[in-house]
Amino acid sequence: MLVVEMKGITKRFPPLTLAIDGVNFSADRGEIHCLLGENGAGKTTLMNILYGIYSADEGEILFDGRHISIRSPRDAIDLGIGMVHQHFLQVQQNTVAENVALGLRCENSFFPLREVRRLISEVSTRYGLGVDPDARIWQLSAGEQQRVEIVKALCRETRVLILDEPTSILTPLEVEALFRALRQMVSEGRTIIFITHKLDEVMALSNRVSVLRKGRLMGTLKTSSTTKGELARMMVGKEVLFHLEKQEGVPGEVVLEVEALTARDDRGLEALRGVSFKVREREVLGIAGIAGNGQKELVEVLTGLRESSSGTARLMGEDITNKPARSIAEKGVAHIPEERVRRGLVPEMSVADNLILRSYGSPPYSGGFFLDKDAITRNAEALITKYGIMTPSPTSPGKLLSGGNIQKLILARELSGDPRLVIAVHPTYGLDVGATEQIRGLILGQRSRGAAVLLVSEDLDEVLALSDRIAVIFEGQLVGIVDSARAEDYKIGLMMAGEAVGE
Amino acid sequence: MSELRFRVEPRLIASRRLTIAVTIGSALLALPIIAVVFLAYGVDPLLAFEKILYGAFGNPYSISETVTKSIPLMLCALGLSLAFETVFYNIGAEGQLLMGAIFGTWVALKFPGWPAYLLLPTMFVSGLVGGALWGTVPTLLRVGFETNEVITTLMMNYIATRVLEYLVYGPWKGEETWGFPYTSRFSASATLPTLGSTRIHYPTLLVALAAAVLMYVLLSRTKLGFEIRIVGKNPEAAKYLGISIWKVVFFVVMVSAGLAGIAGVGEVAGIQHRLRVGISPGYGYTAIIVAWLGRLHPISTVLVAVLFGGLLVGGEMIQISLGLPFGTIQIFNGIFLLAILSGDFLLRYRVVLSEEVKGGEMRR
Repeated sequence: MLVVEMKGITKRFPPLTLAIDGVNFSADRGEIHCLLGENGAGKTTLMNILYGIYSADEGEILFDGRHISIRSPRDAIDLGIGMVHQHFLQVQQNTVAENVALGLRCENSFFPLREVRRLISEVSTRYGLGVDPDARIWQLSAGEQQRVEIVKALCRETRVLILDEPTSILTPLEVEALFRALRQMVSEGRTIIFITHKLDEVMALSNRVSVLRKGRLMGTLKTSSTTKGELARMMVGKEVLFHLEKQEGVPGEVVLEVEALTARDDRGLEALRGVSFKVREREVLGIAGIAGNGQKELVEVLTGLRESSSGTARLMGEDITNKPARSIAEKGVAHIPEERVRRGLVPEMSVADNLILRSYGSPPYSGGFFLDKDAITRNAEALITKYGIMTPSPTSPGKLLSGGNIQKLILARELSGDPRLVIAVHPTYGLDVGATEQIRGLILGQRSRGAAVLLVSEDLDEVLALSDRIAVIFEGQLVGIVDSARAEDYKIGLMMAGEAVGE
Repeated sequence: MSELRFRVEPRLIASRRLTIAVTIGSALLALPIIAVVFLAYGVDPLLAFEKILYGAFGNPYSISETVTKSIPLMLCALGLSLAFETVFYNIGAEGQLLMGAIFGTWVALKFPGWPAYLLLPTMFVSGLVGGALWGTVPTLLRVGFETNEVITTLMMNYIATRVLEYLVYGPWKGEETWGFPYTSRFSASATLPTLGSTRIHYPTLLVALAAAVLMYVLLSRTKLGFEIRIVGKNPEAAKYLGISIWKVVFFVVMVSAGLAGIAGVGEVAGIQHRLRVGISPGYGYTAIIVAWLGRLHPISTVLVAVLFGGLLVGGEMIQISLGLPFGTIQIFNGIFLLAILSGDFLLRYRVVLSEEVKGGEMRR
């Protein structure tokens, strides 16, 4: 019996393209349904629509077979839908019971805490969650806070519980306990929707699995009749959309040499654990991997935005480890950043100004103290034409541009100094087909020109189409480096999921 | 089924015309609220507004007084607009002004015999240094300990007030002041010239106007201004580009606090001719509103400063003629600031009326 049915759901986030594109999704009573996909595939967005955080642009939602409109989480909660997000909204100074009581429909208006406390203990014991109603939130570990969120949902008589990548913050033991609790919940007739990008979890936990890729549903399968290999292939895709002309090139001298590089993430945990590789002239090295496996830290160390804790990085033989960002850029390292609007652009400033963010300090744009407005405008006009940047005028603020044009602007700026090394991170993420093709062409153009390219992407199609060699990164280490001509996509998919693949 | 609902959508761009319209509209909307305050005192609001307007701009004398009061507002607000532009919320212009006055006074009392052409510039520079030093403390605290500068700059104001009080009640107390908490009168060469018989100490005014022009040029035409804009508009991009954010913020705070310090020198050398308690009726605080109302643009900030100078003068007028307390004008300022900040909502969002199709009934 279907509890939830989502039909033809479409969601757009202008100016980026479609986030969710005509997705059909359903969940049965008493099933654990995994929603599998890479980061940015639209899993969370789809579930946020069900939970009322976003409203769909198109499509309809049925609950118990009835058409409903969910305008806010309040509506969803009233229907019996609960969601545990990756980031919790809890009042740190208050107790668990007080946090659970917030938003709970309670019989007693006066002194409701006694009842809430009893309810928490009851739910916590039944599912073995071990939540102390009187603990204060700030005293709890991330895993315990997550269990508070689950208890909160269960106290609200949730029939459909959505969990967004719940295991990312848990220890293996905690994962076991969580799975046990979830199995018991479904045995009582509840429905669990479990968002993940980990294949092992899908196989271990779910009854059915729906695979999302770039906002589209790739299929819904019975877990018992599928394999990890098949899921990996669906998740990373294998259709080759583009036929790019990749000229044969003989790699030249080593441009970037990385040796046993390690770095910590923002939380102080070791995120990059001894990575070594080389990139040569006229060569694209693709770093494939699911987000959060150390790619971000690797790129930030190489571009001077993060300190490495040990190891070295050399550019043309010169040590650039822990050098300031500006001096690395000046040595000829172009950086197409992952977060293009947050980092790569000053949205309030004009297109012309954004095009000289790297070079404003030197001639012809500035001679010591003053800026040369004419030179800046001439540069903008030339680059707008050369790269086909669609903008109302060079003086329009950067934020008016579409995602694809923002990316073209960033490439135009970063590539204009003829860099020796181009580091491109998710360069076509969220872009439409036309812009994607153009950006990929530009990257290959750099390779032909003689630059070394380090391409970091979760999109396996892209890595396969552009790279000469592919390094797969998992949990901060390179699982292997393979020649892209002999690479098999599903094997790389498995390596990305942390599976050792025998040659 | 469908229904009409108001929806609020983010607005990508606010045109200059819209910005001006919304700013003036918000200020006008503040007037009826202020009228309520007058009514509460049993004063006819229209009469009060007329008196304020007349008191501020009604005759040559009142205009000259308005300009006089706008000088410190201009200097402080120009500095603040630069700091706010760089997302350093300096609330400490008042204290920086007082410190500037103290430093300027020290020079004036120490070297009374110097000729004016030497003494006055030295006083100004000394005031700039004093204000800047006072701004350094909160900046270092923020760089070193991520302390919130809103709190620290504000606290520094109280310290500056007490330091000034200590000096004029204690070591710097003049000999011929009949026990009043004043320093001795400055020598003639430490006194700023004024325009005719007015109190407009024009050298300070010229410094303020020059600062406005320089700041405009700095922001729009120079390398340093380019970096200031990047740091202000997108600090993440500044990091990505390898711009030293703290160098930029430090420079900005030095300029901001230094200009307030110059304003302080203007007050002691141009108006009081000595250091005493109460040299500023809260210029540093009013300047926050001036900077915001001027949209952090140097040129419009100068114009708004004159307007608020008028408000101060007109406010004194209604104190005298209508018997209203001095606090009335502070209520004014507060209401203006609230109205302006609320009006910003319309610059960031547009409100649209749209039709919404409902999918079906809600189960409750």
